[in-house]
Amino acid sequence: MIKKSFIGLVKPRIDYTILTDPDPALIDIPQPGRVTLLLEGNGNGELKKGDLLKTGQLISTAKDIFAISPVTGTVENISGWAGDFGQGYTAVSIDVAKDEEFDEQFSEVVKNISLENAVKYFSNLPGKPSFKKFKDPELDIHTIVVNGMDEDIWMTANQYVVQSRVKAIKSGMEALSKITGVNSIVLVVPESQAAAAAAAGVDVKVVSSQYPSAQPKMILKDLFGKVVPAGRNPENIGYCFMSAEAVASISDAVSTGKAPTKKVLTLINKDGGMIIVTAKIGTPVSDVFKACDINVEEKDRVVYGGPFTGSAIYSMEHPILPDTNALLVQDRENIPLVSDYPCVNCGECVRICPAIIQVHSLARLLEAGQYEEAADNYDLNSCIECGLCSFVCVSKIPIFQYIRLAKYELDRIRLAEAEYV
Amino acid sequence: MYSQKKLIVSHAPFIHEGSRVPNRNYHIILAALPAVLMGFYHFGLPAVGVVALSVSSAMLWELLANVLRKKEKHTIGDGNAAIIGLLFAMLLPATIPWWFIIVGTFFAVMVGQQAFGGIGHNPFNPVVFAALVLFVSYRNYFDFNVALVNYDFEFAAIYPLTALKTYGVSGVEGFSTMDLLMGNQTGGIGATFGLGIILGGIYLIIRGFIRWEISLSFLAGIFITAAIFNFANPDQYAGPMFHLVTGYTLLGAFFLATEDSSSPVNFNSMLIYGAVGGFMTILIRNIGAYADGVLFAIVLINLLAPIFEKIRPKALGKVD
Ligand code: SF4
Ligand code: SF4
Repeated sequence: MIKKSFIGLVKPRIDYTILTDPDPALIDIPQPGRVTLLLEGNGNGELKKGDLLKTGQLISTAKDIFAISPVTGTVENISGWAGDFGQGYTAVSIDVAKDEEFDEQFSEVVKNISLENAVKYFSNLPGKPSFKKFKDPELDIHTIVVNGMDEDIWMTANQYVVQSRVKAIKSGMEALSKITGVNSIVLVVPESQAAAAAAAGVDVKVVSSQYPSAQPKMILKDLFGKVVPAGRNPENIGYCFMSAEAVASISDAVSTGKAPTKKVLTLINKDGGMIIVTAKIGTPVSDVFKACDINVEEKDRVVYGGPFTGSAIYSMEHPILPDTNALLVQDRENIPLVSDYPCVNCGECVRICPAIIQVHSLARLLEAGQYEEAADNYDLNSCIECGLCSFVCVSKIPIFQYIRLAKYELDRIRLAEAEYV
Repeated sequence: MYSQKKLIVSHAPFIHEGSRVPNRNYHIILAALPAVLMGFYHFGLPAVGVVALSVSSAMLWELLANVLRKKEKHTIGDGNAAIIGLLFAMLLPATIPWWFIIVGTFFAVMVGQQAFGGIGHNPFNPVVFAALVLFVSYRNYFDFNVALVNYDFEFAAIYPLTALKTYGVSGVEGFSTMDLLMGNQTGGIGATFGLGIILGGIYLIIRGFIRWEISLSFLAGIFITAAIFNFANPDQYAGPMFHLVTGYTLLGAFFLATEDSSSPVNFNSMLIYGAVGGFMTILIRNIGAYADGVLFAIVLINLLAPIFEKIRPKALGKVD
């Protein structure tokens, strides 16, 4: 665990874990007996219990909600699932058959895939390449940034893909350009990968290893000199981000005609040890832990994603998602406890915030539930959600939780208002 | 489905750098010790008594506040009340009567902090607030010349700032900066040993427990303002070095003005906050009615802190 250094005068510098091992250990998780897909929204569309699915077969549970089956098997159950803040999901469980059959329609479609079909067929490939933004008439995407860094510290899944599959990334970038018509595609990598990536003949930019430099808005600011206005996203100024793994998946799908279904992720064990793991999308986490000999006990914590931005799960049945880049297991002994101090105005949060927000004032407002005021006058919307403020807060105020909750609530209010009008 | 294990579910981030409120407080106490020990050496047992009573009464007041506010977890062990008691004692002459200390810590803890909502909510530094209330009400007890008259020091037993006020620069010619810095002067129990206070302050700055911007700008404010006065009339106004090492200057710069809750946190705001504090201190010392101006100046900048804090840098992507 990272601890404050003796010299507290300089603000703490947190670095991403940089993959240095040219041939890191890799564990391939065996095919699970059952996989679960999580699709947004509620409903099951045409899909029924007992349906037979082939690997790569398109399913849809609601209008504009698509996924492909990562396995061959039978739909065993379709049920509701609640997200972090209570958003609705539909969980589709599929019992895996012994023999794998690949869907012909998938191979047919990807031969010369249109944007329309990319939106549907690629939406839950490993790395989660989303093409929706390219169809939005209000957005004018002129540059695609392929992120070869991972979104949080202690994880190296995307770096591993860049290191081991730079050729696939290059051909994926070409496919991407063909599908979207966007010609400017840039690969962002850490220093250690820069030479190899450049040698492969792609446009490369090098990102600093200091957290949170690899966060999309920071990349735009530092490497492209573009600042995303508060409350907007990179797409709004014409930049679309995609993970390196997503781009490699596109290449795999297009070049083989078969749907790639294995997710690369970093497994961070209780002792901080990291291993790279590949698992079928939809594999229950319990299977992953079993295969890696990791014991998760009562009151331990399992996190999807990294230590700064991930989210804790409550069930060992939770499936590996197309964008699960890391699994973090924390021993119950090492879970930092909350404290019940109010803000003492030490200013640590203000000094560390990369978005230059008056976090202490913001936290006080959010604590009082004044979300609108926080958004209007205290830069809630400038927050890039790095979690550093909570990390340094001496009073251990869950500032970051307040921030995410406030943003979620404000979005809901806005949506409700928009519908009402 | 097999037996469900109950996992801990909480929100990101899942790591913490480990510093806590009590931790900060204990380091501040530690940093104040050199100056306090020198006070014990110079002023003897009475000084020990004052510090002990001040710290313990402050903690008891906090306990009372905890009980009155029905707090489940009592906070007297977190060092906050202890710091208040310790710093308050450091301002006092060693001969101060016991009731004065009890009343003082009452004002500091109960009125200066708890009445506003407790730690983190006090608009003024509670120690400065209490000291000032008592100073205005019982000024005589702060007259170090009277208070310490029975002591037999190896150095001039006259409070340097009073000497300056009464006799002008000629009255303080006998003081060497080095002597003053080493604590060879009369004054508050923990306010005389400048070198000790500076070392403690530097320790706190390096560890990141106080904000250097405030300390340095406060000292710079004093130095520059005093230098200007001194330049204008060297016979009437003492030089900047004299002001830096006398009265509550150093204690103010490293331990009082830097109190978290009552000071700003933005870079520019901190610089202005400190500089105004230093400037006001000298203004009061040189042309005001009082010998020392540190307490008044700090209450004033505490009051202005929210206004200084309005000068804030622009957030990322902010569109105005
Ligand atoms: S999460 Fe906290 S530190 Fe990070 S940008 Fe938002 S307010 Fe700033
Ligand atoms: S770090 Fe926590 S205690 Fe310190 S100013 Fe920020 S919110 Fe307040």
